[in-house]
Amino acid sequence: MTDAVSRARDQIRGPAHAVLEGPDINRALIRISHEILERTKGGEDVVLLGIPTRGVHLARRLAEHIRQFEGRAVPVGSLDITMYRDDLRTKPARPLGRTDLPADGIDDRTVVLVDDVLYSGRTVRAALDALGDLGRPRAVQLAALVDRGHRELPIRADYVGKNLPTSKSEIVKVYLEENDGRDAVVLLKEGDK
Amino acid sequence: MRRHLISAADLSRDDALLILDTADELAKISERSIKKLPTLRGRTVVNLFFEDSTRTRISFEAAAKRLSADVINFSAKGSSVSKGESLKDTALTLEAMGADAVVIRHGASGAPHRLAGWVRGSVVNAGDGTHEHPTQALLDAFTMRRRLGSLDGRRVTIVGDVLHSRVARSNVLLLATLGAEVTLVAPPTLLPVSVGSWPCAVSYDLDAVLPKSDVVMMLRVQRERMNAAFFPTEREYSRRYGLDRDRVAKMHDDAIVMHPGPMNRGMEIAAEVADSPRSTIVEQVANGVTTRMAVLYLLLGGANLGGEDQ
Repeated sequence: MTDAVSRARDQIRGPAHAVLEGPDINRALIRISHEILERTKGGEDVVLLGIPTRGVHLARRLAEHIRQFEGRAVPVGSLDITMYRDDLRTKPARPLGRTDLPADGIDDRTVVLVDDVLYSGRTVRAALDALGDLGRPRAVQLAALVDRGHRELPIRADYVGKNLPTSKSEIVKVYLEENDGRDAVVLLKEGDK
Repeated sequence: MRRHLISAADLSRDDALLILDTADELAKISERSIKKLPTLRGRTVVNLFFEDSTRTRISFEAAAKRLSADVINFSAKGSSVSKGESLKDTALTLEAMGADAVVIRHGASGAPHRLAGWVRGSVVNAGDGTHEHPTQALLDAFTMRRRLGSLDGRRVTIVGDVLHSRVARSNVLLLATLGAEVTLVAPPTLLPVSVGSWPCAVSYDLDAVLPKSDVVMMLRVQRERMNAAFFPTEREYSRRYGLDRDRVAKMHDDAIVMHPGPMNRGMEIAAEVADSPRSTIVEQVANGVTTRMAVLYLLLGGANLGGEDQ
């Protein structure tokens, strides 16, 4: 058994061995909100669009941080990408998530897509297609809580909470208070689920 | 979900709610400037219509096109069917063309069921004889849910020619699944013999039922199927079972009036009732496209698991 595998196995012993704990997630999100403000000159024209389910919660948290630091209410929405996926034919039809755009839309805004885990990049590809049908943003940026590598498309994140080197056989699980009752990022071995 | 949609009875409560929830999300598409999704690109939907229809055929066509499917319209008039081709041969032709779904309307009850045994794709019943019309029931349920919220415990009254109505049968089955209480109101001659086994109540007195109804659905008097004397005169039918302004006044304030169309204005429904704010008749048409998109997506959007019903 290699070190990496045994380490991963140890990490699932309990929440104490999570890769990121509640306070870490919060710190990462605070840093990302500052970076967004920096890169977008104070967050003017920014729209945060979370990808369901957990991306939406993360987008709301980022908006809340930005409101605290800058006193600016950044519009938040959600963007469901199910109908744009490229792997629909591999599984039975999936239920749809919610798409809610802010009232002012996304035309000429800087859209920051927010997702929990960046992996193959296919979700982001689908999100870009979905955005194209909804309007014409001035720029699109990407924020991910965890970047676990193994990209299959030429896509990268503009804001990353944590770079997490993984093997393809591992599973990165993100838990969020709003959805799962606690904040944590856990690395699981395939089959441990 | 199963691979075909033949009867509203095939839908479990979870299936039905999944279709309605999916339709809720898809409804937003019709408000966008680009009313199209790439989801069914490369899939072929055949509209196989052996009976006249405008609403349903156009609705299915719009639904399939909004999901980027290719649509082939086939109507019996002017086709080989008028030369005597059988349903099975027509089905095999469609099969050879690679249809992923066949939407069929047929004058014979049970035709979609037969068809489902002959083709590999999904079969969607768009009305078969006097049997069923499940997507109409789904769009009606969707319309009720949008106006009234949950259907649990809601009282739905379906009035008129139940005997010849596939809409009534599908609605009774689906609404019972969704927890609504359905009452059928019709002259005894226009109720099927089997109505006692349906999951609904029956009344002959519209005026007694109206005040406690949340939904009043009027059925079209199907003149083309009236080959016997089911009621003395149209005027008498209209007086006892037609929905006019005085009857609407007995309904409670939030109750809605539905009609699957096409209407006989002045017969089962008065023109001023059909055009009143209570009436959902135009909404039903718009909701039809959305609901059929949800059905096509759920049948065709995933893996083709082939063969067995899932």
